[in-house]
Amino acid sequence: MTAEPLLKVTDLVKHFPVKRELLFDREIDQVRAVDGVSFEVRKGETLGLVGESGSGKSTLCRAVLQLTEPTSGSVRFEGREIAGLSRREMRPLRREMQMIFQDPYASLNPRKRIGQIVGEPLRLQGVARGSELRGQVRELLDRVGLSAEHYDRFPHEFSGGQRQRIGIARALALRPKLIFADEPVSALDVSIRAQIVNLLDDLQAEFGLTYVFVAHDIGVVRHVSDRIAVMHDGKIVEEGPADRVCEQPRDAYTKTLLAAVPIPDPHEARARRQTVGPG
Amino acid sequence: MSALLSVRDLRVGFATEGGLLQAVDGVSFDLAAGEVLAIVGESGSGKSVTAQTILGLTRSPNARIEGSARLDETDLLAADDETMRTTRGDRVAMVFQDPMTSFNPVYRIGAQIGEAIRAHRRDVSRKEARERAVELLDSVGISDAARRVDSYPHEFSGGMRQRAMIAMALALEPEVLIADEPTTALDVTVQAQILQLIEQLNRERGLATILITHDLGVVAETADRVLVMYAGRVVEEGTLEEIFYDPQHPYTWGLLGSLTRLDRERPERLPQIGGAPPSLLDLPAGCSFRPRCSYAFDRCGELPSLDARLPDAPGHLDRCWLDLETKRERRPT
Repeated sequence: MTAEPLLKVTDLVKHFPVKRELLFDREIDQVRAVDGVSFEVRKGETLGLVGESGSGKSTLCRAVLQLTEPTSGSVRFEGREIAGLSRREMRPLRREMQMIFQDPYASLNPRKRIGQIVGEPLRLQGVARGSELRGQVRELLDRVGLSAEHYDRFPHEFSGGQRQRIGIARALALRPKLIFADEPVSALDVSIRAQIVNLLDDLQAEFGLTYVFVAHDIGVVRHVSDRIAVMHDGKIVEEGPADRVCEQPRDAYTKTLLAAVPIPDPHEARARRQTVGPG
Repeated sequence: MSALLSVRDLRVGFATEGGLLQAVDGVSFDLAAGEVLAIVGESGSGKSVTAQTILGLTRSPNARIEGSARLDETDLLAADDETMRTTRGDRVAMVFQDPMTSFNPVYRIGAQIGEAIRAHRRDVSRKEARERAVELLDSVGISDAARRVDSYPHEFSGGMRQRAMIAMALALEPEVLIADEPTTALDVTVQAQILQLIEQLNRERGLATILITHDLGVVAETADRVLVMYAGRVVEEGTLEEIFYDPQHPYTWGLLGSLTRLDRERPERLPQIGGAPPSLLDLPAGCSFRPRCSYAFDRCGELPSLDARLPDAPGHLDRCWLDLETKRERRPT
């Protein structure tokens, strides 16, 4: 642990004002979506961020990536402070940090062909163009399990799992160091989920990627993560090695969360119901 | 156990621009009072269309519905619209995934539950209906029901809305409850409470329940019997124990194997089913799962019937040509 973490977040806060309009907008309260969060992500590891709806996990991602301006706190990427950087100053850094979304369909422009969608980051950042760009896009499509013949198709022609592969190819295009995956498999069918989880695994090994994997499903988070941070009410209530957090949770909320996850084993499920009792 | 609801050879097809889409292809099952039958499958498996058809919700000029669904003496598939209107709610009620879309946002929760009662029971006064709504909300675990009955849907949290929808579904004391992914949109801590509520209703009122879900964890926690559906057909049927501890169909193996389980050590790599479900407009000949099945052989080009293939388990049915030896040998544990 001597090396500098790839990402170091310290005391990050994001409050949203609650306004009431009389004659002027008056701030009457604040929603503390992210309320003083600190964590580190080391190169090559996966940090799982787990929490229920309203826990602030998505806002945290957006605040770290400067997609929304943090109220206060520090975000260091490779040692450099990025909190409060302007859009122009962030632009070169966007190559290093990418995001994968829950609903790949909502994040793909329906009127663009797959080749354009995947190639767009390369074009915007001026990395490649013309036949070189097309070549790189074909290679990316191949890498995520799609084929070159998909190049000229539109998003609606693909299944949910394939669309998530497209989203992953686009996120990979600029060879980022850090990828934030926000509920990347929760909208997918069970039989497709494992495929995408394994694909993310393979890509991490191949490209030395670092992931922040955000999800409400602690089972999936435990499978992919080296360390897990549990979020509740805008705060990280527990953090530790994935197996330790799941097997010996220390925080009361983590315990509640784990106890609520259904066990896909009828005997064990019944045994737990009898020992824990209702509630 | 005699069946309360008996579905036989249900087939539902829709005429589309691309041809006839056979969403459900020969589904049969019996449901007894107090029983929870889980129908498990992915999108396009036909699990929701099966449920909606039983309630008469898929009737349309381009739908082709065959088979029967008997609730006592009434065949719900053949019943006229008036009979269906009284049956829905009164005898068979449904709970959906998203409670927000099931309530009208501009009316108070209590008024909507009251309306559901008065639409079926003309002799119930407004005041009585309101009192009944308070009782119902209280019975599904909404605290301070006497005050909350006057809330609007948006003032409820997701879990409370789902409880309120269950309360509305129970308003007329139906015999059968159909719950279509009732907890999928909820947080796990809330899900656990809703599942517990459903289980309690089964036990205390003898409510027969069809639980439609993609989540095998939810199934293990609540169901008595399980139908596994794939591409419009049942590929395996059995008791909860049979499906989890002696699964016979490779698709069931795949579903069970690809779960990320907190109760086991995590595997290096998650076992996965390759490929994707087929298009219902372009099904492969024979077994629909064949293109994704790593155990497929020549005979799979012919559609296996849904049969009991185990000598000692007459109620455990599957659609797979593999012989028992091969299954026991090659099935992942």
